[in-house]
Order: sequence, then C-alpha cells, then structure tokens
Amino acid sequence: MSEKIKDEILHDHNHDGIDRRGFLKCMAWAGTGAFCVIQGGVLKSYSLSRLPELGSKEAMGELSFVQISDSHMGFNKAANLDVVGTLKAAVDKVNGLATPPEFMLHTGDISHLSKPEEFDTVDQILRSASAKEVFFVPGEHDVLNDDGKQYLERYGKDAKGTGWYSFDKKGVHFVGLVNVMNLKAGGLGTLGHEQLEWLEDDVKHLKHSTPIVVFAHIPLWSVYPEWGWGTEDSAQALAYLKKFGSVTVLNGHIHQTMQKVEGNVTFHTAASTAFPQPQPGKADSPGPMKVPAEQLKSVLGITDVNYVQGQHALAVVDSSLA
Amino acid sequence: MRRSVSTAGLAAALVLGMGALGAGPKSFEASAQQKPATMEVKIDNFSFGPVELMVPVGTTVTWTNRDDIPHTVVSTDKAFKSKVLDTDEKFSYTFSKAGTFPYFCSIHPKMTGKVIAQ
Repeated sequence: MSEKIKDEILHDHNHDGIDRRGFLKCMAWAGTGAFCVIQGGVLKSYSLSRLPELGSKEAMGELSFVQISDSHMGFNKAANLDVVGTLKAAVDKVNGLATPPEFMLHTGDISHLSKPEEFDTVDQILRSASAKEVFFVPGEHDVLNDDGKQYLERYGKDAKGTGWYSFDKKGVHFVGLVNVMNLKAGGLGTLGHEQLEWLEDDVKHLKHSTPIVVFAHIPLWSVYPEWGWGTEDSAQALAYLKKFGSVTVLNGHIHQTMQKVEGNVTFHTAASTAFPQPQPGKADSPGPMKVPAEQLKSVLGITDVNYVQGQHALAVVDSSLA
Repeated sequence: MRRSVSTAGLAAALVLGMGALGAGPKSFEASAQQKPATMEVKIDNFSFGPVELMVPVGTTVTWTNRDDIPHTVVSTDKAFKSKVLDTDEKFSYTFSKAGTFPYFCSIHPKMTGKVIAQ
C-alpha cells in the first residue's frame, strides 16, 4: 500500500516551477512530498523526484530548520495507540534529512492533557534529534487547568506575556505567537491586545527585506471557522507584517498540511506527529480520524524549511512519516 | 483531577441519598416538586447535548465527555468551571439559583451550551 502511494507521488507531478495559479496543485501535493520555493514573492513548486536536478543553492539552503507539531503525548485512543512511536519516527525522519536542520520549531499541543510526564516524554524523545535547539509555542492542550503556568515554566522562561517571543537566525526574523489563551465563548483563537502591541513594536525597526517567519499553534488564517480553525485578530497581526517582502506563517492545530498564498504571505500548516484530523467540513466534528493502521504514517509528518540568503526564498517541504 | 471529580460525584450521591431518605427540609421541597434532581448533558462530536437545558432550581447537572478529545465546561459568567475532562470523565454542578447560565468549552470555544434554571 505504501509503495503504491509513493509511486503516485513520484509520477504524478513531474512538473517544473509553477506560478500562483498552479499553487492549488502544490496544495494537493503537500503532505505527500512537494517542494515549494518562494522567490521574490513568487512561489515555485517542484516534485520531490526532481530535487536532484535543482541547483545546489535551492536544495541546500543556508538556513534549514524543521517544524513539528501536535505530538499530543498522552493520547491513546483508536486513532493512534502509540504516539511515542510516531514521535520517535518523526525524529528519525528529521535525523535522516539530507540537510541537517539547525533547530526545530514545535507549533504546540506538545502534550495531550498538560501532564508533567507527557512534557517529560516529549522532551526526552526530542533530545535524540540531531537539531538540539527547539523553539516552542503552546497549543490549547498545553495550557489546561493552570492558564499555562507550567508551560511557561518549562518552555517560556524568557518569553513575554503568555509565551510569545522573537529571535533572529542568519538574517531571518522568527516570531513565536500564542493564540490559545483566554479563548472566548463562540470565538476562535485569540492573540489579544497586549501581544499585538508587542508584535507591532517587535517588527517596527526591521528592514522591509528581512524575511519573517511567524509560528503559532492555531492557523493565523481562516481555514474553517465553523470548527474554530482560525484566529479572531490575526488580520491585525498580518497588517504589521504587510511591509515585508517575504512572510512565512507556520501553524499546526488542524493535523493536516494546507497552504495558501496572500500577497507576500505564505501560510502553511503542518501535519501532526500523533493523529490526523478530517478535512474541513468532511466529518461531523474535527475529532481524531481513524485510518487503517498501515496508512497512519502516511498521514503524519514533519515540515522542513530552507532559506537561501540573498535569494529571498523560503522552501517549505512536507514529508510524511511513511 | 480524577479524585476531585469523583469526590464531587460522591457528594452529589450523598445529597441524593439524603433526599431519598427525606432528610432535611430542602430535600422535602425537591420531592414535593416531583422533578428529577439530576440532569445529564452529553458531550459528543464537539457539541453539548442538549445544547439548551431547562431545569428546576436545585437540580444537579452532570456533563459527560464521550469524545476522544478532552473538553471543559466553563460558565461564561464564571458561575462554574470544570477541570479538563478526558474521555468518559464527568463534571457536576448544582444550580441553586434561578437564571440563564451560558457555558462553553474553553479548549474549543465554538462549543457552547446553556442551562436555564427556574
């Protein structure tokens, strides 16, 4: 079965670069192995089978990092009885990447029930990754019962507010945002006034040519508000980022890969390392989706991101764990 | 967390037991009204059912999470707030005052419900 899927990936898209109109195709490949390059705001896409034909500059980014998401340590229902095993498989995948990533981003739902032992297990597994540094943002499952106190003690000692922060790597400015706190009845994810003010100030003095990577748990675009897959005040955050030529937004929460381009902003959601969720509106609820055991790893994954300095390019590559 | 939930359940059971025995004026009142003293709300597929519940004052409402994902039961005006409920865990609250009590799941805020106590 998995061989069949692989064949499909290899033979289905022997295309070359595509423009924004072709982006939908790129979306369809996401999660099955597409390679998307943003150059000067124009997105190009290659199938993984053509990667060896690309110039080394494209393939070997000057900055390479990996996004993992939604490890839900502690989950033990039918959709995946071994979230430890699949997180380990994700780390193996990271360690097998041709270009070793310099660090990892974890976009939240590290734990399933915010239990100390769940965080401990994830920390222990991630220590076996080749990339030693991991930057976290919380998911709603990480801040249960204590308004995120434990999360902050573990992962956000140097962060502002409920855990937001920024840092720079090789000329790329990274911003970790928190949109899972103080959620209001009937609403979506929320950043809140204090965080938005901080963001405005944080990016104010950066050059317009600085590539920006924003990462947060709940999508910062309206994926499917009916299931809460969006953030109330994300438009305000994006307004502060409008002046930048290259903005990449990385989210988790929806347990499936999805992409969208809006002007200079590319939105991308990563697969979970624990269990898949249904496509928007394709089920009664966004609850865990059970797939045949032999297919599970094909719907879980990691996301590899490469930045080539001077080329204004961030390449986002999803790989399944299969 | 399980401990506190089950303690609450035990307390509710004791109150009910006393009510059945006819001990105390309060339980007398409840039996005089001949209304059930407990009501159930089930959490299924990321929704509360029934989404709107009318109960006599004094009724204990018990929510049960039947999803594979944890949920909470949090009153919008802070009258009550459950701990996180994993699969099959319960939360109970006794509505001792009349009023409309909108509530939601603080993890999945699209999930909303309402209890009207009268």
